Amino acid sequence: MLAKFMSLFLLGLVRLLTGAQARWHGCPPKAEQRIYFANHQSHADLVLIWAALPQELRSITRPIAAKDYWTTSPFRLWLTTKVFNAVYVDRNRSKDAAGVEQDPLEPLADALQSGDSIILFPEGTRGHTGEPQPFKSGLFSLALRFPQVVLIPAWINNVQRVMPKGEVIPVPVLCSVTFGAPMQVEPGEERRAFLDRARSAVVALRDV
Amino acid sequence: MNRYLRSLTGTEQVAALFIIVFGVLVLASAALFIVSLRERAADARSEARKLELLDDARLLRTTWTMAVIFWIGWALGERAATVLFGLVAFLALREFITLSPTHRGDHRSLILAFFVVLPIQFWLVGTEHFDLFTVFIPVYVFLAIPVVSALADDPHRFLERNAKLQWGIMVCVYGISHVPALLLLDFPGYRDKSAFLVFFLVFVVQTCMLVQHLAWRKLKRPPQAPHISQSFNWLSWLIGVVLASLLGGLLSAITPFKPGQAVAMALIACISGSLGHLVMKALKRDRGITNWGLQGQSVTGASGLLDRVDALCFAAPIFFHSVRWFFRL
Repeated sequence: MLAKFMSLFLLGLVRLLTGAQARWHGCPPKAEQRIYFANHQSHADLVLIWAALPQELRSITRPIAAKDYWTTSPFRLWLTTKVFNAVYVDRNRSKDAAGVEQDPLEPLADALQSGDSIILFPEGTRGHTGEPQPFKSGLFSLALRFPQVVLIPAWINNVQRVMPKGEVIPVPVLCSVTFGAPMQVEPGEERRAFLDRARSAVVALRDV
Repeated sequence: MNRYLRSLTGTEQVAALFIIVFGVLVLASAALFIVSLRERAADARSEARKLELLDDARLLRTTWTMAVIFWIGWALGERAATVLFGLVAFLALREFITLSPTHRGDHRSLILAFFVVLPIQFWLVGTEHFDLFTVFIPVYVFLAIPVVSALADDPHRFLERNAKLQWGIMVCVYGISHVPALLLLDFPGYRDKSAFLVFFLVFVVQTCMLVQHLAWRKLKRPPQAPHISQSFNWLSWLIGVVLASLLGGLLSAITPFKPGQAVAMALIACISGSLGHLVMKALKRDRGITNWGLQGQSVTGASGLLDRVDALCFAAPIFFHSVRWFFRL
């Protein structure tokens, strides 16, 4: 109940501040299993892309949140689990009780296994130059393991102006999320080649 | 008819006015719809005609938007109207800032503009602190914002960045805040009819823009400032201003003005509104856009509200101050 109220409140707030406009350029909004991957510049990215998705897709799409940031306070934990239904990913590889190194992709694989769509920021961390940093390999591994899931590149525009790194109060600036055409790993494609292609697909959406 | 209208209370007169305005708008929309249904051969002339129709549709949409905003504002009462125009100012400033790139160092100044200056300005209007609200932005805010910016420790293009922000505040917040202020002007014996004053202002300014646009289409004069506007030339501008001012004279019955005064007030509003519109066009050209709204390649998703109200942003403060000064209110 409280989570529902919070999600409505956040939706209203995000729309008032940014317009949270979705632009479907290469694909329609469709309830198939997808991995959306986007550039990452601000904490607001997650909220923005979540708010830009239509209601039907929002409920089956789970954003990825960094465990070391989003679980450190009870409020952040509540927000990410109850409101966003986020999947946590460990940025520092941890070892389990038996001392075996955990695969940080495992929670994402579980989410995809159960049929949910996910929102991924393959840069791993927030950039501040405007140009996305090189993509990390998680996207490639997931694409190989789940070939039936559609990969959708997305460009988040302007959000770094809403809340630059280090600021806590957002300012109203119109933002948009541009969704591009689906892509997939070509047969025999190398990991680095694919990741660079995925990154340029995201960057190409900046100018459409 | 006239006697019947005079026998109504102020509120009923305003309601009747809105019924007439919406009736005319419905007729105009229906006419445009029927014209657009007609089949045409695919030659160059019909292509041009099609573009003209699109143009007309855009103008009509603007007018609908304005009429609905004012109707809601009036129906909800003065305080609600102030809040409504506060929201309009907020959305307009959001568009302005979106299309005028800001720096990292402007963040605090932007917070100040949106969440401190804007609410205070509209609070001053709502509580009728007229003397303070006319100087609050041009004196206090314009001196405070550079201070906040300087504290952000970023000298890069300092003057330009501040000018941008101050212009945004001036047009979007200061300009628009004068519209609800008109509702609160205290003409003796005119209090519950002050919505007419807003209507008068909006109506003459919109008419001026419309006539100017139509005259430009018929006359095909060379533009006065081709890099800024293709449609602005002195002759069609003059036709627009004169016709709208005469119309203002005819509307004097619904205002507290005598016919001559109404013409003069309409003239002031039309000149400031249409020239303000030109200034806003120059700002848009500077940003390389034709429209504050979404125009295919723009990535911002702006809704184009500022295009609808830009003439009003300039006309409202000048009209307000002329009225106050002339009638010593």
